[in-house]
Amino acid sequence: MIKFSEDKMKEVQAMIARYPEGKHKSALIPLLHLAQDEFGGWLSAETMDYVATLLQLESIEVYEVATFYSMFNLKPVGKHVFEVCHTGPCMLNGSDKIIEYIKKKLSISVGETTADDLFTLKTVECLGACGYAPMMQLGIHYREHLTEAKVDAIIEECRNKK
Amino acid sequence: MAKKLLLEKAHVEGIRYYDVYRREGGYAAVEKALKMDTGAVVEEVKKSGLRGRGGAGFPAGMKWSFLAKPEGVPRYLVCNADESEPGTFKDRYLMEVLPHLLIEGLIISSYALGSNITYIYIRGEYAWIVAILEQAISEAKENGFLGKNILGSGFDCEIYVQRGAGAYICGEETALIESLEGKRGNPRIKPPFPAVKGLWDCPTVVNNVETIAAVVPIMNMGGEAYSEIGVGRSTGTKLISACGNINKPGVYEIDMTISVEEFIYSEEYCGGIPNGKKLKACIPGGSSVPILPANLLLKTAKGETRYMNYESLSDGGFATGSMMGSGGFIVLDEDQCIVRNTLTLARFYRHESCGQCSPCREGTGWMEKILNKIEYGKGEMSDIDLLWDIQRKIEGNTICPLGDAAAWPVAAAIRHFRDEFEWHINNRELSQTQNYGLAHYADPIHVPEQVNA
Amino acid sequence: MAEEVKKLKVTIDNITLEVPQGTTILQAARMVGGDVVPPAMCYYTKLEGSGGKCRTCLVEVSKGSEADPRPMPKLVVSCRTGVMDGMEVKNITSPKVKEARNGVVEFLLLNHPLDCPVCDQAGECHLQDLGYEHGKQGTRYEFKRRTFDKHDLGPYIQLHMTRCILCYRCVITADQLTEKRVHGILSRGDHAEIATYIEKSLDNNFIGNVIDVCPVGALTDKTFRFKNRVWFTKPVNAHRECSCCSGKVTLWQRGEEVLRVTARKDQWGEVEEWICNECRFEKKKTTDWVIEGPTHVSRHSVISQGHYENMVKPKETFSAVHDGRKPKLLMDIHSVSEVNDPSIDLSEIQGPATGAVFNHPKQKA
Repeated sequence: MIKFSEDKMKEVQAMIARYPEGKHKSALIPLLHLAQDEFGGWLSAETMDYVATLLQLESIEVYEVATFYSMFNLKPVGKHVFEVCHTGPCMLNGSDKIIEYIKKKLSISVGETTADDLFTLKTVECLGACGYAPMMQLGIHYREHLTEAKVDAIIEECRNKK
Repeated sequence: MAKKLLLEKAHVEGIRYYDVYRREGGYAAVEKALKMDTGAVVEEVKKSGLRGRGGAGFPAGMKWSFLAKPEGVPRYLVCNADESEPGTFKDRYLMEVLPHLLIEGLIISSYALGSNITYIYIRGEYAWIVAILEQAISEAKENGFLGKNILGSGFDCEIYVQRGAGAYICGEETALIESLEGKRGNPRIKPPFPAVKGLWDCPTVVNNVETIAAVVPIMNMGGEAYSEIGVGRSTGTKLISACGNINKPGVYEIDMTISVEEFIYSEEYCGGIPNGKKLKACIPGGSSVPILPANLLLKTAKGETRYMNYESLSDGGFATGSMMGSGGFIVLDEDQCIVRNTLTLARFYRHESCGQCSPCREGTGWMEKILNKIEYGKGEMSDIDLLWDIQRKIEGNTICPLGDAAAWPVAAAIRHFRDEFEWHINNRELSQTQNYGLAHYADPIHVPEQVNA
Repeated sequence: MAEEVKKLKVTIDNITLEVPQGTTILQAARMVGGDVVPPAMCYYTKLEGSGGKCRTCLVEVSKGSEADPRPMPKLVVSCRTGVMDGMEVKNITSPKVKEARNGVVEFLLLNHPLDCPVCDQAGECHLQDLGYEHGKQGTRYEFKRRTFDKHDLGPYIQLHMTRCILCYRCVITADQLTEKRVHGILSRGDHAEIATYIEKSLDNNFIGNVIDVCPVGALTDKTFRFKNRVWFTKPVNAHRECSCCSGKVTLWQRGEEVLRVTARKDQWGEVEEWICNECRFEKKKTTDWVIEGPTHVSRHSVISQGHYENMVKPKETFSAVHDGRKPKLLMDIHSVSEVNDPSIDLSEIQGPATGAVFNHPKQKA
């Protein structure tokens, strides 16, 4: 069953308290982030319905928002999601090669998850790290100045994380 | 060494934390401002000539003075930290390194505008910066710079950080407001403008991170003194995030009097182009501004030196000039392919279109498909004219500037690099293994002699 | 005492008129009427907050106002731009507008399936009208057109997402007429679509109105699906006592049969009064309604080609030439024919009908 723990509920209350009375809908995006982190790294319909009840919204209002923003996963993803930037400046610095290398290394295509559910590879548009290209987002942090060796090390690091 | 107003203390150890920031003279501007009349603070910003640093370059003081002040209705200041324009990463640097500078600027600005609740809307991907900002906010609060009755002035202010969730369009101020209200990031139809009806239909000012940060030196030194730095209507200093094919990518603070050539080649800034390659092209102000070939970048069409400021970068209009934009400076060396670069940008805008209005929703995808066709050796000559026609029909006809932002890079690429597109089409197979190279793009341009009247 | 509403002077395509403050350019143009009225695909008078999205109603403001005569730098959406005193607007007299509008029409048709031959909206489709007036023959788009996964919206409403132009009217309608909206716009950019996310049927009692506000064939009446082409049906105004709506509708008839019920629409194709689902979907018998007379279709439309309106019954001359004698049936074919019996339902006969079927007229096969 989808339900925030008591501690998380306190966080939820604090989030809602940031806005004037009656403007609690503003907490929707922060809450979806929290829900995605809490409930398996993606937003199932059940999770979204739960968020809707917390904010007294219609489910469709939540679906509309969740499907608009690229950071919300609407399908299950692997434990580690490689989000590699491939926009202009990263492309100029060889992001295409890095993406090819990761594809080969993990034997998956962009948008796929490895059979062991450990890795998902996504390409994303500009993440604001153009000076440190090529780069990817992994969890909440950026991995920058990527090289093949660095990619190897990151994959190893993830495999070692239980 | 150019004068630094924002990043002067960036390398002081521990400047991220309140104690060090305060010891280095931080929050003096708040102390000064809160003793002044709010109108006088706005007046200082007006005098400074500070222009919005988000991209449009609209005078910040003027934007502030447009804010409606109906009785009994709250007003809001929202800080736009949704930095997403390809090539731009200056706000990220500023927030990571000098969070208190932003908070200090926000307190002053909130006071000047009468905003008791101020939000920082930060792009969702900058997740770790949220913690940095929230720590700075709580430190400021502990030390009496936020909360109730700040420094005994009677002014109350709270700052909250709101995370976006991956949408470039939320950098557009009305889309940002929609997103902050918990909705899809669809830009609003204007008018009404946010200054009259913004967040929750209340008067709202949305300012970029760097703009807000610049309010601190303006308060410290006075608007007059700030306006004396720089040149013409490009006052003060500007953060430039340099990237692409350069030796020293990073964030630089310039005073807008240096030339583009100096910026690219001097050791103090970009340090030249790696591997002895030559400069081919540059997008000087973030991906949406027109790309320029090397020859038009370093010199204007009149043969004059081009400088890193609002006026000089736009000298010649879109025919031969570009824009300062957000300060995202993207350099392309001779090995880069303009078609491929344009394709990735077109893909970006297609991906980021909100889909509300038809020219942008349909046009961006169409342009991407045609560019894709040309890049992968299936282009036809008529495709170039078709691209030109599509971008022309998007530009100016959309709800928000994303349509223009998508149209301009394609237009400029065709305007200045048409030969390269044609080469791609005429050499379908060769273009799959080889690039067009530098060609004539760095050759000096012929300047017609002045005709005396 | 009512405050006197300030009148503003506005000139549209060289026609000057005075309008009350708060009037938009589009509304002002509609007061003029005729060719100067910009087309509107997303704006809808009754739907608050609609408009501004499709960009078909773009016009040029060549003079901002008497106070600030500067022209507006870009074309503006006439549906959301208020008239200022002394404003001068160019619609059909502006080459810029013409070009931009042709562009918008091309964009709107870019991914449109052009499946008019099988689309129930054909004949009353605003996109058809727009394409006819501003479109080109042939397309410059050579790529595969966009498709979507199919969604079922329940027993009443048929969704064809490929035809949708994302005008948002149906979303606003649901917001304004129903308490709980279940459909909305999902995803973004060129993948944005109308859906419910998880399969849900739209069954609010007023949700049927989304069919009437849809400018294209994206939302159509399932109970009318493939029944007939609208131009073969005869629109008549009718009403009934209804407990939840005004009960004032247009019936679309073929002979005596009611094929479809819609709300009544004004000359701009906008609903006059919302109707409930019961009136729309459940009352398909002529006897359910009080017929008022043919519907006036003033829009230049294929529907008016039926010429049902002001129809004059031909003068009955038979009795006149027979000195007032009523015509007399000379012979009833059914009473003398062995093979023509209306009481036999041919559809119930197994296999082809033979003489044997008709030999025992009282016995059904």
